[in-house]
Amino acid sequence: MLNEADLLALGITLKLAFITTLILLIIGTPLAWWLSRSQWRYKFLLEAIIALPLVLPPTVLGFYLLLLLGQNGPLGGLLQALGGSPLAFSFSGLVIGSVVYSLPFVVQPLQDACSAIGYRSMEVAATLRASPLDRFFTVAVPLARPGFLTGAVLGFAHTVGEFGVVLMIGGNIPGETQVVSIAIYDHVESLEYSNAHWLSGLLLLMSLLMLLAVYGFNRRFRLVRHGG
Amino acid sequence: MVSIAAFVWFDMAASIDCASQASILARFQIKRGEFALDAELNVPARGVCALFGPSGCGKTTLLRAIAGLEIDHDGMLQVGEMNWQQGSHFIAPHQRPIGYVFQEASLFAHLNVLGNLEYGLKRIRPADRKVSLEQAIHLLGIQDLLQRKPHSLSGGERQRVAIARALAVSPRLLLMDEPLAALDQRRKLEVMPYLKALHKELDIPLIYVSHALEEVAQLADHLILMEAGRVVASGEIQQLFTRLDLPLAHELDASAIINASVAGFDAEFQLMQLEFSGGTITLAAQPLQLGEQVRVRLMARDVSLTLQHQSATSILNIFPVTVAEILPAGSAQVTLKLDAAGVPILSRITRKSAHDLQLVPGKKMFAQVKSVALLS
Repeated sequence: MLNEADLLALGITLKLAFITTLILLIIGTPLAWWLSRSQWRYKFLLEAIIALPLVLPPTVLGFYLLLLLGQNGPLGGLLQALGGSPLAFSFSGLVIGSVVYSLPFVVQPLQDACSAIGYRSMEVAATLRASPLDRFFTVAVPLARPGFLTGAVLGFAHTVGEFGVVLMIGGNIPGETQVVSIAIYDHVESLEYSNAHWLSGLLLLMSLLMLLAVYGFNRRFRLVRHGG
Repeated sequence: MVSIAAFVWFDMAASIDCASQASILARFQIKRGEFALDAELNVPARGVCALFGPSGCGKTTLLRAIAGLEIDHDGMLQVGEMNWQQGSHFIAPHQRPIGYVFQEASLFAHLNVLGNLEYGLKRIRPADRKVSLEQAIHLLGIQDLLQRKPHSLSGGERQRVAIARALAVSPRLLLMDEPLAALDQRRKLEVMPYLKALHKELDIPLIYVSHALEEVAQLADHLILMEAGRVVASGEIQQLFTRLDLPLAHELDASAIINASVAGFDAEFQLMQLEFSGGTITLAAQPLQLGEQVRVRLMARDVSLTLQHQSATSILNIFPVTVAEILPAGSAQVTLKLDAAGVPILSRITRKSAHDLQLVPGKKMFAQVKSVALLS
């Protein structure tokens, strides 16, 4: 069965995934829209940087984030100078790490969905008196709904499954930064296979249910961008 | 300061002018890679104005510029008393009182037909609602489609919904970009009557882009001929169709358009008479009212010439004409412009016939018309 620490880890994992997904939808939507519309010739640079977490070992990403967020890092130092607490080994640090790590999983489906809308629907809305913001919310967003659903679920699931980044910048503080994936690792290290089974099974079930929901909902929507 | 003063003057001049005769004035220069549009426009802001020309001649770009979807920062556009673009003054597309119908219906896939129709309607002030939703639905005959989703409609139905959607915003100017081009012949025939009905029942000026002469002949009052990004000619359709210095008169299906009124019916032979200033046209009877205005098309190849009025002939339509102009059409034929009491008609005959009849401008002849197509 799950012990108290496991439940705590589960709670932190879900909270982290929710907050991360929310932030990613908020910053990912305008970013994806801009990427799908912009004619900027160096756009590919930005696209490559956003896609980096797809190929980079999480430990590498975690290492640089640690340098950035730690006491002596530019961001961590700045925050401390302003009277804040250090970001490394804190829940806030985990959120920042997760946002960076899961960014492509939200932005890419959104960008695909935005590109699929094309210019025509937006032009039609313009000739029907809708202002740019109005047509974004009443035409682009509803038409990009499959992309939002896919992006949200992928961002959420990917954050739940994160391990390397968390280990590097969050450590393993129970009740603060210990997430399920790390708790499982701890259990296996201590040969507590029963606890590991319960947590692993739960995560497996959760992931499967989320993906079933996406595939069932967007039957025609391709989940992975270059998957076929 | 100077520019503001000039502005006010321009507006005032336009509003004084518009009381008698409103017009659409435009000037756009747009470069897109190899293609360059350099067009000036001055057309009446009433009736149907067709933008006609081959594919890629810039008619769609010009239409989009009028809607504000294509931007020329130095362009100028004046519609009746409304100044839409001049200098730094530019009214955004969504603030222009236009209705736009694209080549593909482009209905919003996430809304049903009614939702599509109401999208624009909801966004205009109640005071500006001149065309009611019911009227738009009725005019396009889409009463039974309201709850359907766009993907379940046929191509013709979709385009009718798109036209109704554009009407529902009570536009002061309708813009249509080849609304029939994406439809097959049967769907074209399905939608055409609705376009004609609009023309008749609503007093909204329409600019209609087309590369199909057939559509233009049926709908247009005014014609703008375009070629390679430029306006080649602009004028009344009757005049432009029959000008020998323009390409239209040299097409295989060159024709003349005649506006006439229903003058009588012959019950015994099921015929009717149409009257125009050049004479009477007899053709198969149609369910029309006496005095109703109709439009007919005479193909140049169906008009032959004779020196004397023939009496023993199967041809019913014969009227006196004067030869106005002659131009060779290929090596064996000539195209003639004829004057039937002020109404221009085209005839295409062999060069040999023209030679044997000694046809020269000013010569009085009789035109025999083999067949007449009723357009309305």
